[in-house]
Amino acid sequence: MTLFIEQCLNGLQFGLLLFLLAAGLTLVFGIMDLVNLAHGSLYMVGAYFAATFSAWTHSFVLGAVLALLATLIVGMAVEVIVMRRLYGRDHLDHVLGTFGLILFFDEAVRLIWGPEGLSLPLPSWLNTSLQILPDFQYSAYRFSIIVVSLAVAGFLYGLVMRTRVGMLIRAGASNREMVGALGVNIKLLYTLVFGLGAALAGLAGLMQAPILTVQIGMGESIIIIAFVVTVIGGIGSIRGAFVAAIMVGFIDTLGRSYLPDLLRLLLSKEAAATAAPALSSMLIYLLMAVVLVVKPEGLFSAGGR
Amino acid sequence: MSEPLLQVERLAKRFGGIVATDDVALEVAKGELHAIIGPNGAGKTTLIAQLSGQLRPDSGRIRFGGDDITALPMYRRSRLGLARSFQITSLFLDFSALDNVALAVQAHAGHSFHFWRDARAEPELRQPARAALERVGLSNRAELPASALSHGEHRLIELAMALAASPRMLLLDEPMAGLGPEESARMVDMLRALKGELTILLVEHDMEAVFALADRITVLVYGRVIASGPPAAIRANDDVRQAYLGEAEAVHG
Amino acid sequence: MMPALNLRTVVIVALLAALVLLPVYTGLTGNRFLVTLFTRILILALAAVSLNLILGYGGMMSFGHAAYLGIGGYAVGILAHEGIVSGFVQWPVALLASALFALVIGALSLRTRGVYFIMITLAFAQMAYYVASGLSRYGGDDGLTVYKRSQFFAPLDLANKTQFYYLCLALLLAAIYFVWRLTNSRFGLVVQGSRSNDLRMRAIGFPTNRYRLVCFVIAGTMCGLAGALLANHTEFVSPAMMYWTRSGDLIIMVVLGGMGSPFGPLIGAAALLVLEEALSGITEYWQIILGPLLLLVVLFAHGGIDGLLRLARRKVPA
Repeated sequence: MTLFIEQCLNGLQFGLLLFLLAAGLTLVFGIMDLVNLAHGSLYMVGAYFAATFSAWTHSFVLGAVLALLATLIVGMAVEVIVMRRLYGRDHLDHVLGTFGLILFFDEAVRLIWGPEGLSLPLPSWLNTSLQILPDFQYSAYRFSIIVVSLAVAGFLYGLVMRTRVGMLIRAGASNREMVGALGVNIKLLYTLVFGLGAALAGLAGLMQAPILTVQIGMGESIIIIAFVVTVIGGIGSIRGAFVAAIMVGFIDTLGRSYLPDLLRLLLSKEAAATAAPALSSMLIYLLMAVVLVVKPEGLFSAGGR
Repeated sequence: MSEPLLQVERLAKRFGGIVATDDVALEVAKGELHAIIGPNGAGKTTLIAQLSGQLRPDSGRIRFGGDDITALPMYRRSRLGLARSFQITSLFLDFSALDNVALAVQAHAGHSFHFWRDARAEPELRQPARAALERVGLSNRAELPASALSHGEHRLIELAMALAASPRMLLLDEPMAGLGPEESARMVDMLRALKGELTILLVEHDMEAVFALADRITVLVYGRVIASGPPAAIRANDDVRQAYLGEAEAVHG
Repeated sequence: MMPALNLRTVVIVALLAALVLLPVYTGLTGNRFLVTLFTRILILALAAVSLNLILGYGGMMSFGHAAYLGIGGYAVGILAHEGIVSGFVQWPVALLASALFALVIGALSLRTRGVYFIMITLAFAQMAYYVASGLSRYGGDDGLTVYKRSQFFAPLDLANKTQFYYLCLALLLAAIYFVWRLTNSRFGLVVQGSRSNDLRMRAIGFPTNRYRLVCFVIAGTMCGLAGALLANHTEFVSPAMMYWTRSGDLIIMVVLGGMGSPFGPLIGAAALLVLEEALSGITEYWQIILGPLLLLVVLFAHGGIDGLLRLARRKVPA
């Protein structure tokens, strides 16, 4: 039973990390109509910055904050230098152009930090367990990921629903031209939105760094899942991204834990051993395929597009 | 009394809170040129979209030649002989004018799962296409890429494409849109020449053209039919005057 | 269609001549490596030709095309592993498997458009990747060695590098010719028209999705053939062949060479792989140039290399 709770919490944690990524992705697509494959590169860059700055400052938290700022700056620089020239173009151009950015970032990281990858050790005060239930302990760090992510989600909700900037974001998501016609400084808005997305990606990257990985190519594997979440949730909808991310987080984590046992009940031992890892990885894609067939615009599509 | 070629019964379509088509009933007799007029936002293009199959109505029925086509997809209606032209020019811009029209011929010349033979060398496709272009007066511009032609010539290609399929009925959505006086007159002559052989449903803003061509006129305001009848009756109708003609330039003669 | 004497024609003829004469050259100089490199170029060019069919002509932005390389490759690899080394069995299986996969994926994906289509094709390719990774019997993540190349009748010996090179060249040229005829046929015009203006195609009476699906299956099958060739060439298959970034590499070749042109994919594949060889001799970080280069092509040279060559044509009076 405690294993189940642990897996549920892990699923929630993974889902929330995915939300941070998917939120940035869906904002940028919803408002700027930009498909950004290189979003995963910002995730990677956030992790690398965090590892480096933590080592320099000997402080996990300070390193994290600096990494966040650095990723924000990189994100805004990318927006000004590259993304501005892609707005309004065909989605194919976006995909190709940002794919080129992925290649560039991977090599740049390799050039600066070397091919090996880095590690980001946890400070002792985070590297403990919390007593959640009488006979159940959970990693304090993973718990803090959940808390921080929920706080950020709450902040995003507040930002989008209750501030003027948020109103512009919501308006932009459903009607780009109108927002421009209202005399808002579109260029600045776009840069800020992209920067916000970059910061979210960087945050996700640095938070998972101590428990998962800091290596080249980490962006490529997660960006696909983030896109899957965005598509399931409905492009342009942060609420959709949240719901879809949690769903995907749970399905993926619980699926990987329990599917092998489930298959062993149904199939022979050898068949189960072969099918389990493949099927576990495929679950979220199957979910996306089902959603696209049933409701092609995603669960919560934004605006009248 | 023969059955009308097109019968529309109680057609309705909403977009969220907006009623685009409100219980519309319409009949077009064979060989008739029937015009639909109405102020902007009256739902004329939405109506054409539902008739051609681009949009599904929420309720109501559409009958063409006696068959219920309400649920038929777009390409099937075309095959039945209901051809449509578009208000905003919708051509294959990277193809030549002749290619454009030839495609319209090809759509009705059996299936297109032919993978080897050069389609541009097939006389059964090219000749009807050339004939249609000649009909609209564009023979000498046939080989040029569509993107190189003027807006007026685009409208003519649109018409040629609709004709190339030898349709039973044409749905023309503002064929005069964006045309200058000379080109408009040319289009009116063209349509007048077609009147005998084809049934035409014409959505248009150009009042001179409408009153010159139409056998019957239906007036649409906010998605509802407020009047329907021969041009003289429409001109004399008070509701129509108030809703529409009174605001637009008066038509003399 | 009389080819005019202009820069583009000259470049293409020169390239073809060079490809035909390459083994003669390497036979004289003893540089065996070039044959290996160019065989790889020919095989990837074949994959790019198939992608160009759906992407350049059909406007279908599939980010999962590398899956067919994997399917074709694994068909050969798995059958060889199980003792079936006859090419007459392996290759038809590779083609059939690719065709079936394309049929299923196409039927599901072509209901979507734009970025959703990109995502769903990508997702299906990733599924293929994970299935291959899970096949522990056939190497899983580590991949599978192909100890014996596909066997056909003597004197055709695929292990003979020169023979294999010419086989790949012949298949590539046949594919280019086939695609050229296909795109000018009734079928090809429908596919191109659907890319240009799908709504109009349906309005004039074409069930466009049906034609797109057939095009998708043809392209997938052709790429499966490239996969079978690749398995023979590298004598190794692994799930990495199908990872989504490999699909990106194929797209780069098509775009760099020039989308929607018959020789574009060959030019693109040759340019990319030769560039890779040349630059990696200079610096191991050459990919840092490739990324921005791709971006520049996207922004400023939309027609790719073929487009640039055509521009030169306009300056020379016909």
